[in-house]
Amino acid sequence: MQNNIPILKLGDFLLVTIQMDVHDRTALQLQDDLTNEISKRRSKGVLIDISNLEVVDSFMGRVLSDIASMAKVLDAETVVVGMRPAVAMTLVELGLSLPSVVTALNLERGMELLTQRLGRKGNG
Amino acid sequence: MKKIMELLSGDVSGVLSKWISLQRNDESSSLSIPEDEVVSQSTDFFKLFVRAVASGKTDINDPAWDETLTMLREVAIYRGQRGLKPAETATFVLSLKEALFEVLLEKGRSKNLLEDLWSVTVCVDKLGLFVMSIFIEKREDVIERQQEELLEVSTPVVELWDGVLALPVIGTLDSSRAQVVMEGLLDAIVQFEAKIAIIDITGVPAVDTQTAQHLLKTVTAAELMGAECYISGVRPQIAQTIVQLGLDLGGMQTKGSLMSAFQQSLNRLGLSIQKIDNKG
Repeated sequence: MQNNIPILKLGDFLLVTIQMDVHDRTALQLQDDLTNEISKRRSKGVLIDISNLEVVDSFMGRVLSDIASMAKVLDAETVVVGMRPAVAMTLVELGLSLPSVVTALNLERGMELLTQRLGRKGNG
Repeated sequence: MKKIMELLSGDVSGVLSKWISLQRNDESSSLSIPEDEVVSQSTDFFKLFVRAVASGKTDINDPAWDETLTMLREVAIYRGQRGLKPAETATFVLSLKEALFEVLLEKGRSKNLLEDLWSVTVCVDKLGLFVMSIFIEKREDVIERQQEELLEVSTPVVELWDGVLALPVIGTLDSSRAQVVMEGLLDAIVQFEAKIAIIDITGVPAVDTQTAQHLLKTVTAAELMGAECYISGVRPQIAQTIVQLGLDLGGMQTKGSLMSAFQQSLNRLGLSIQKIDNKG
């Protein structure tokens, strides 16, 4: 249980920074923890920072897209930020375009995007 | 070869001057290298050639020929760099055959004449092939280098506005170029923190299934990095082929011209271009 990925609360959002390459089990644990956290804190948005990841395989890709869909069901928006060019190229070559995942260049842009999206939702 | 050696040692300078004059008289030769250079190259080479023949080995892959081949390599490169035609470079070696033949015919009339002629022919031909292969090798190096340069040069990424990148693609988009284009674009997105990327295909002569596939991948990768991506400069003909080939460009936003793509980008950023009213 030492290897759990920490989930930080940041106002209305949750911030997950994936620091190193993760095992499949850790990824599934994150999925579990994150959904619990969202419902407990009633978060409106989730930011997943993968700027330290050098490899995103098909499993990780699927977990990311699953997390996004699960968060959606729990009424939270997910933005994946900081994907490296090499990772983006690999994913595309693998045929994974992650259609259900919203992406942003860096954390700052991700925050901007979330605020914007939530504002629009609030108004409408 | 022994026989040749005997003949040569008797009249080295004679054969050499004969050879040089043959080179000079050759009609295909434009001799764009200086006369004294030809003479000194020929002299140096001939010395090494005689020494190699003296070793008695007829196979030019034998270590005894190493020096001769090194010299020949230098000559081939020297001539290649000065833009001499392949035929001219080959003549350098092949004219040696005639010079040697004449010596054989003049002085060496014997029953083994045919045999001697044959061994000279084989040896000189091998040298000729060697010189040609070096010449072509060098040419291919040049072509390869130019190809790489072309690849680098032809995929610039331009910053049109704060956060808006344009990537004009010129020429056919094959796999290796598509890779370079994609890498260039993704790196530029990080570098300029771009929100929007426009891929302009005005300079792409034709789009086939492969090109469309590459474009689709590039767009998807850019979107994974959090940038919006437009394809601009789709010409009517290209639009027709895309539809006729039944290509699915579902994931792409296409625009007719770079201008309309740029306008759309400004809209997305909440900017607009206004005319300045000077009169007021």
